[in-house]
Amino acid sequence: MTIAVDVSLVRGAFALDVAFTAPAGLTALFGRSGSGKTTVIDLIAGLARPDRGRIALDGELLLDTASGRDLPTHRRRIGTVFQQARLLPHLTVRQNLGYGRWFARHRPDAAGLGFDDVVGLLGIDHLLDRRPAGLSGGEGQRVAIGRALLSRPRLLLMDEPLAALDAARKAEILPLIERLRDGAGIPIVYVSHAVSEVARLAGTIVVLEAGRVTAAGPAEAILRRGDLGAYHAAEAGALLEMVVEADEPVSGLTRLAGVAGRLVVPNLARAVGTAVRIRVPARDVIVSLGHPVGLSARNVLSGRVLSISPTGESAALVEIDCNGAVLSARLTRASVTTLALAPGHPVFAIVKSVAFDPEGVGTGWASGVMEI
Amino acid sequence: MDALGLTPDEWTAIVLSLRVAAVATLASLVPGLAVAWVLARKRFPGRALLDGLVHLPLILPPVVTGYVLLLALGRRGLFGPTLAQFGIVFSFRWTGAALACAVMGFPLMVRAMRLSIEAVDRRVEQAAATLGAAPLAVFLTVTLPLALPGVLVGAVLAFAKAMGEFGATITFVSNIPGETQTLPSAIYTLTQVPGGEGAALRLTLISVALSMTALLISELLARRLGRRLGAEAP
Repeated sequence: MTIAVDVSLVRGAFALDVAFTAPAGLTALFGRSGSGKTTVIDLIAGLARPDRGRIALDGELLLDTASGRDLPTHRRRIGTVFQQARLLPHLTVRQNLGYGRWFARHRPDAAGLGFDDVVGLLGIDHLLDRRPAGLSGGEGQRVAIGRALLSRPRLLLMDEPLAALDAARKAEILPLIERLRDGAGIPIVYVSHAVSEVARLAGTIVVLEAGRVTAAGPAEAILRRGDLGAYHAAEAGALLEMVVEADEPVSGLTRLAGVAGRLVVPNLARAVGTAVRIRVPARDVIVSLGHPVGLSARNVLSGRVLSISPTGESAALVEIDCNGAVLSARLTRASVTTLALAPGHPVFAIVKSVAFDPEGVGTGWASGVMEI
Repeated sequence: MDALGLTPDEWTAIVLSLRVAAVATLASLVPGLAVAWVLARKRFPGRALLDGLVHLPLILPPVVTGYVLLLALGRRGLFGPTLAQFGIVFSFRWTGAALACAVMGFPLMVRAMRLSIEAVDRRVEQAAATLGAAPLAVFLTVTLPLALPGVLVGAVLAFAKAMGEFGATITFVSNIPGETQTLPSAIYTLTQVPGGEGAALRLTLISVALSMTALLISELLARRLGRRLGAEAP
């Protein structure tokens, strides 16, 4: 299941010209406000029309201005979750959930999610007889997600579904989105301007800046190279998939293992064998030519320089291949010269901190950065 | 009716008025909603013209509206003979009175409905579309229920206007007791004959009572609908 988008439109001073392909899994549309993310969502959903373009879902043309094809919104079968829940105010939660279901009653149900499954997954069974006016922001957004899922969509669009929520509500809903991504079998296009959300959720990232795609590709590579746009260059960092190897309550430390090697981090309180996705910010990686001695940092990974690319005025992003997993380090260009770094050079990467989400279910990160 | 001291003729005028107003209102509902929706939601060339046409009866002297109806639909009018072939005759019939009342009440009805449709959040309508609702389904399941208080107000205004319509009706279908003599026509006739003041006053009071009842019912219904939309059951 892939969605291919190639659209352009001009509205006053704003010009949008965007082309990308989203594979299965969760694709994040990342960019600052005003970059055109929501417009792209509206175009995919059929709520807006481009001046020119094609949108295809799994080979089926939803829109093709060349041939005049434009499938109306209600026949696109694309579940959409907006920034605000946009529930039907005159219906109860149960009726809201059943609304899309009713229109989809003759459609095949790829995900096989029943009413009770969705209600259980989202934890909204106690809300069923209430009306939207009495729901909190987080509750409303969960109902909106459930309503979209129950309409048997071929694709789920989520337009900053957490933007209107406070941190606690976000922490409540992020794991739900992870579960959808991993379990529902419906591809998701997720709009966000928060690096933490994108790093936690996305398999693929499409970066938008002023109506154009400036980078697109696997989340891991985009984040490592800091391709999130000039504004977020400082947030570059590698994503590492690791497994909890040992948990030592006595010392308060957890040992993680991955292809890059081992990292010891403050206690994660996770069962041995749990998979975790951690992020190593490039600014928290120090490069050393020899194995360091007399350092407080405990985590040293050995590898080879893969590439060196200048960023900003005086910095450089050095990618280090550690046995197949790639870290990035943000150094000054002066340091690169002093160390005489070049691709192929063996180096040691000293990791000062990792970021992960202590509330996540072991697959993500979002809120915490820990010094290690 | 004896308690009210009404004569059979007066009673006939009241029943006829109620029937004319009810038919005029009910028959206007669907076209009124359609025009209100088009004016609220669509942008097209000629929109201002449609808006103007709808509002015309509000600003024209009622006699003019009645005369235009006579020219168009009268027995020897522009479309009258053609319609008559299909058995549709308006002139000097109570149906003509209903048509005149519908035309006169139409701007009031459309105005209230249009305002309430404009107040419906289009983003909610869009959400319904993404859930698979076709435009007509969106209208019936989202727009109409949310606009219902205003739709009701529009209908009641049109009904009240129909109960009071005089100029266009008397010009178009005259003042025939039992056929086209509605309450206002009956009151007018009574004021023209010696000794009719008592009966005229009776009918006037009944007219006031009927209009007030209609307004009260609409107010109650609108309040109940508003409660259902806004508040949360404990």
